[in-house]
Amino acid sequence: MIRFLAKGLWRDPTRSLFPFLTVTTGAMVTVLMQTYLAGISSNLSWSSARFSSGHVKVISRAAAKAGDRASNELALAGVNQLLEGLRRDAPDLAWAPRIRFGGLIDVPDDQGLTKAQAPVAGLGVELIRADAPDRPVLALESAIVRGRAPVAPGEALISEDLARHLNIGPGAKATLIGSTMHGAMATANFTIAGTLRFGVRAMDRGTMVADIRDIQRALEMDDAAGELLGFYPDTLYRRAAAESTADSFNARHARDADEFGPTMVAMSRLPGIVEFLDLTDRVSVGIVAAFTFVMSIVLWNAGLIGTLRRYGEIGVRLAFGEDKGRLYRAMLLESLLIGLVGSVVGTLLALGPAYWLQSRGWDIGYMMQNASLMIQTVIRAQITPATFVIGFLPGLLATGIGTAVSGRGIYNRQTASLMKELEV
Amino acid sequence: MTTPSESPLIRTRDLVKAYPMEQGRLVALNRVNLTFEKGEFAGLVGPSGSGKTTLLNIVGSLDQPTEGSAEVLGHRIETLSHAEAAELRSRHIGFIFQTHNLFPVYTVFENVEFPLLVLGMPAALRTQAVRDALDWVKLGDRANSKPAQLSGGQSQRVAIARAIVKRPALVLADEPTANLDAENSRRILETMVQLNRDLQTTFLFATHDDKVIRHLRRTIRLNDGSVVADTSTEPTPQLAGYRP
Ligand SMILES: Nc1ncnc2c1ncn2[C@@H]1O[C@H](COP(=O)(O)OP(=O)(O)O)[C@@H](O)[C@H]1O
Ligand SMILES: [Mg+2]
Repeated sequence: MIRFLAKGLWRDPTRSLFPFLTVTTGAMVTVLMQTYLAGISSNLSWSSARFSSGHVKVISRAAAKAGDRASNELALAGVNQLLEGLRRDAPDLAWAPRIRFGGLIDVPDDQGLTKAQAPVAGLGVELIRADAPDRPVLALESAIVRGRAPVAPGEALISEDLARHLNIGPGAKATLIGSTMHGAMATANFTIAGTLRFGVRAMDRGTMVADIRDIQRALEMDDAAGELLGFYPDTLYRRAAAESTADSFNARHARDADEFGPTMVAMSRLPGIVEFLDLTDRVSVGIVAAFTFVMSIVLWNAGLIGTLRRYGEIGVRLAFGEDKGRLYRAMLLESLLIGLVGSVVGTLLALGPAYWLQSRGWDIGYMMQNASLMIQTVIRAQITPATFVIGFLPGLLATGIGTAVSGRGIYNRQTASLMKELEV
Repeated sequence: MTTPSESPLIRTRDLVKAYPMEQGRLVALNRVNLTFEKGEFAGLVGPSGSGKTTLLNIVGSLDQPTEGSAEVLGHRIETLSHAEAAELRSRHIGFIFQTHNLFPVYTVFENVEFPLLVLGMPAALRTQAVRDALDWVKLGDRANSKPAQLSGGQSQRVAIARAIVKRPALVLADEPTANLDAENSRRILETMVQLNRDLQTTFLFATHDDKVIRHLRRTIRLNDGSVVADTSTEPTPQLAGYRP
């Protein structure tokens, strides 16, 4: 009997092909949306993590209180000892000290007179040491447009856009004019080793990246840093673990009441981020629900039409002694089979483009010239474990619901009146 | 499912079928008392709307009486559950309809095989039974055709093969020749007469076609749901002497 039904499915395209195409399309779109959202979620939170918040970050209490207005006067001191403790107590995170600074970049001509000048937002990070955690986090190599990454003290990178604005390239000399930790004026000379584009608007306007030792020396911040960022090496944020790491760190340092003492903040406790993480989850669920609903209606109608078209068959099957319940179950089984095959095919079809978006990305920067958010302008999908199952939800639910609803008509009708309508 | 040999194949007692209407009710069958023995070749005749199909449906356990009883092969139709009625049809009753109602996507062979699948018959037995049934209706060479490739008469013969492939005790045929021309009607009837004789299959028709009525050995006339005549006749001479 199963073979008999399978043959019918195979030979009758209106019974199989249309629902199959509907399910395949629905599953495909659902999977693409899910990978796209996972990509956005991961990209956005990773952009925030790598450029500003870390998965967790240690700053001074004073800086935490000052928030966005924190300057290097509120930096952490005794950084080497702190790092040692963090590497011991939270070994699952990679720890990277950073200093943010503002200033002017000044490009001299042959006579040493200012040829061009522009404000910069600087970042001092560990650049030179081969195993410095910030090298993979910032992925400087892949962000370099011209030139190369710094290999020696005194070398720095600047944004490609800034370099064009200043009309300089790799090899050029430049002077940073800033202020020390104590508020005095500071200058330092750099050689531009290369130019950068991260694909993140806010980081690509006027950024300078230099080795943290050079910055510490220039800004008189010996053994000090603005922040110590902790990263999970696979870049995936682990909310519960990050929050408990922060809690136990803060408990350990609770007795030391110094306002410049350290405090750790988990990314998910920063305003904006937690709402965002929750939102993308809810949007994913919403999209799957919406597709399931729309497809159920389409398949229900298709099921009704199919059922009308198959009245003759249904009547004959009842007359020849197939039980109504069994007939109903057989039709459900048929449609679930289609749902299953359609979901598999739709998922497979979506994995191709999703994989492409994951590995290559699609740059939409040209559409977002004026965005100041830390949004990566390259759309990247992310294939997660959920990707492989999410397409089956609308695929199976919609075919199941669609057939169940349309089939009930037959089930509830008197056999005799069904025969009457058949005109058999 | 055994039938006590002394009881008739079908017996109705004061059988009433009524449909509720906006005002009162429509009585489709009015106190019908009929008995059919095994091996009969009988027909319900009468004008359209006289209750022929309604009676066939109740005897075929597709419908339930409103009052009275219908006993078929020892089963009281009015007491059967859906599943029990389906079981009775599956084992013992074959149906032939006005239109052949073959499954369009299946071959002739598969269409005829279908009732055996419902019965759960093993594959080896099925193949032989389908071959035999197609031979009876002289369509052994069309086993692999699709219904669309057959003429109307051929399709109706496939429908007969499908009705008798499981060798049911009872075949119910509702206007089986209504869509056929004279020549095809004659061949269909010859086939059924022969099956009735060779397999002792009981045939009960609903018809108002003279070509069919001529071949009946018993004619029950219905009018407005009541039996108005019940006559046994000798079969027509040319068919009595018919040999394949
Ligand atoms: N399901 C039904 N609901 C209401 N009336 C019905 C139904 N089925 C049959 N009837 C009525 O019962 C009467 C007998 O119908 P039927 O048995 O089909 O007659 P016949 O087959 O002799 O033409 C008709 O008046 C018909 O309209
Ligand atoms: Mg009728």
